[in-house]
Amino acid sequence: MMGCKTSLLFGALLMASAMGGAQARDLTVTSWGGSYQDAQREVYFQPFMKQTGTKLVEDSWNGGVGALRAKVEGGNADWDVVQVEAEELVLGCEEGLFEELDWAALGGRDKFIPAAVHDCGVGAIVWTTLITYDGAKMKEGPKSWADFWDVQKFPGKRGLRRGPKYTLEFALMADGVEPSQVYQVLGTDAGVDRAFKKLDQIKPHMVWWEAGAQPLQLLASGEVAMTSAYNARVTAANKSDNRDFRIVWPGGVYAVDSWVILRDSPNREAGMDLIAFMSDPARQKDLPPKVPYGVTAKEAAALVDPAVLPIMPTEPGNLEVGLELDTEFWVANVERLTERFNAWIGQ
Amino acid sequence: MTATIPSARPQERPRNLRAQLRRTERRRKLEAVALVAPLFVFLAVFFLAPIGLMLVRSVDNSELPSVMPDTAAALRQWDGDGLPPEAVFASFARELAAGQRDRSLSGVAKRLTYEIPNMRSVLFATARGLPEAPDGTWRQTLAARNPAWSEPATWAVMRRAAAPVTPYYLLAALDREIDASGSIVPVSADRAIYLDIFARTFWIAAVVTLWCLALGYPLAYKLASLPPRISNLLMILVLLPFWTSILVRTGAWVVLLQREGPINEALQWIGLIGEPIQLVYNRVGVYVAMVHILLPFMVLPLYSVMRGISPAYVRAATSLGATPFTAFRRVYLPQTIPGVGAGCLLVFILGVGYYITPALVGGAGDQMVSYFVAFFTNQTINWGMAAALGSVLLVATLLLYWVYARLVGVDRMRMG
Repeated sequence: MMGCKTSLLFGALLMASAMGGAQARDLTVTSWGGSYQDAQREVYFQPFMKQTGTKLVEDSWNGGVGALRAKVEGGNADWDVVQVEAEELVLGCEEGLFEELDWAALGGRDKFIPAAVHDCGVGAIVWTTLITYDGAKMKEGPKSWADFWDVQKFPGKRGLRRGPKYTLEFALMADGVEPSQVYQVLGTDAGVDRAFKKLDQIKPHMVWWEAGAQPLQLLASGEVAMTSAYNARVTAANKSDNRDFRIVWPGGVYAVDSWVILRDSPNREAGMDLIAFMSDPARQKDLPPKVPYGVTAKEAAALVDPAVLPIMPTEPGNLEVGLELDTEFWVANVERLTERFNAWIGQ
Repeated sequence: MTATIPSARPQERPRNLRAQLRRTERRRKLEAVALVAPLFVFLAVFFLAPIGLMLVRSVDNSELPSVMPDTAAALRQWDGDGLPPEAVFASFARELAAGQRDRSLSGVAKRLTYEIPNMRSVLFATARGLPEAPDGTWRQTLAARNPAWSEPATWAVMRRAAAPVTPYYLLAALDREIDASGSIVPVSADRAIYLDIFARTFWIAAVVTLWCLALGYPLAYKLASLPPRISNLLMILVLLPFWTSILVRTGAWVVLLQREGPINEALQWIGLIGEPIQLVYNRVGVYVAMVHILLPFMVLPLYSVMRGISPAYVRAATSLGATPFTAFRRVYLPQTIPGVGAGCLLVFILGVGYYITPALVGGAGDQMVSYFVAFFTNQTINWGMAAALGSVLLVATLLLYWVYARLVGVDRMRMG
């Protein structure tokens, strides 16, 4: 009979330990990991902790509104402040996954570039997904998405982020669609078919990545000859690993990432303080020298060290040759196209 | 002769002896139960209950009924012909507005999006600023706000979402769906994926099993025939990787097999290949890493069976004139079948459920069912779909086990 009692006791202990997570916890901020989050830690998180005495815990994720739904709707979400991509911001806000922001505490909507302003979120960075290759191995690199698709001229594997967003845009540009026409074409069924048909050509040469730090590892280990990557990660890899990775601005897709607070966060106040801290132009200006993403506070742009301006997505010349992500399109189509993309990639 | 004497005895025994015997018997039974009970409770709580929940999840359809109970009830009354009556529109409009207010619409939106991809935006666009009272009838009001509400197809999906259980996920896991007329049809080619993935999963597991057998059989034979001192030492070489984390071993294979990794460099150095070859992020990588990780599960049962086979049999066979091959084939091999059966079954069933290894060393076309279970569980939070894939995998594995047990015989298998 001892066995029975002991096992009951163990069961009770197990249950207790499983439920133990429900009490109050430290303010948790979730971003994209890797060199980007390292820079955020230096510029935002640690100074914030020092200045306010708030204990801050970090986590990182790979995106997807589903993950946020699970956190919030499961009750007991363990994240407070999260950096999300543009269509996650819109979808999540519509579904009530986020708290509405206190814009007065942020200094008003006019202080930010228009794309950074939303009821549920404030822009953190402007970032570009673009082609990168290793200048040490390839003297004459690709100039466009058409070159990216050209495995005769540039032999070797290719890396792209696993998912339909960006991938379909790139495919259409590779197929000769002008950046300004991409979403018009993608809005039709024929356009989507055209993008997938173009992707068929490159499918045997693909390595798919999921986390932002991966493409640079693939490039560094020689696994791929060229890959899509986030612009600042390329610069960071060059700096920290002494690489000669080159950036191809034409055809890059740029978008705004935003800070949100998850609904019913027990650390709402502290989260708002953190976001206000990170939206301060005097703080924002310190980020680009470490990771050259564009800043979202209007005043911050003028304060940034001029030396890094040419490698920022918000530099006018870079903006001109790029394509702005159409958030509306992805909000409406992300589920349908993800399903199709998964079927395509798995076949 | 002697048997008649004890059979007469029990009747001569005093009653209390019998009772004593029964008591001892009962105590022994209780002891046995007490020893097994903790494990049984553990299995019931942590193994059987989750499996049961998974099976339930794969047909659960409570999203719409829980947020819109009246609409769901009204839809269940409706015969499903054309457009539903005004009462359905009215209660739907009321519960839609309520859902928008208390932010509970997303569950319904998610459920409807599975069958009509743009339903999320339709639902939220209709709900945003919906008037209190209808402009004319609710049917006209809703149709004016979004044309989807005047389509019978939308309401057919709404009616399916109102039922307490749904075959939707299980059908989708088999690349089937219910069309507008209510019959089961295959999904369009650009969405059909899961049958391929199940076939791929079983194929990869089968190939890995065969490789493990081919590599493990001679190894186990050698281990079993060496003197214990040396074989124990060699056994450690089998067990040491076995005790290392799967993640670490898989990560090590990525490093070894990559384009500029040691294997490619060695092959180039000895001049076997001119250019680095693709060994990782494809099927080759999956096979190599999975065979390595699962090999001990083949070697251990084989070894334990082979150790028990007396070398005298093979010697006797050869002394009677059998060639070494005949002696192996007709005398040794049949005796190892229990080990072969157990090893293959272990490796195959473990292989079918593999996730981490193919996810890390495989390409997009090498992902097995578990990748999609994880995808639906963690990324899109479509638990119905994850549960349905898991259920189909469970049933298919049980079927294969049953066939296998008929062929080899469960009682003949020795797990080690």
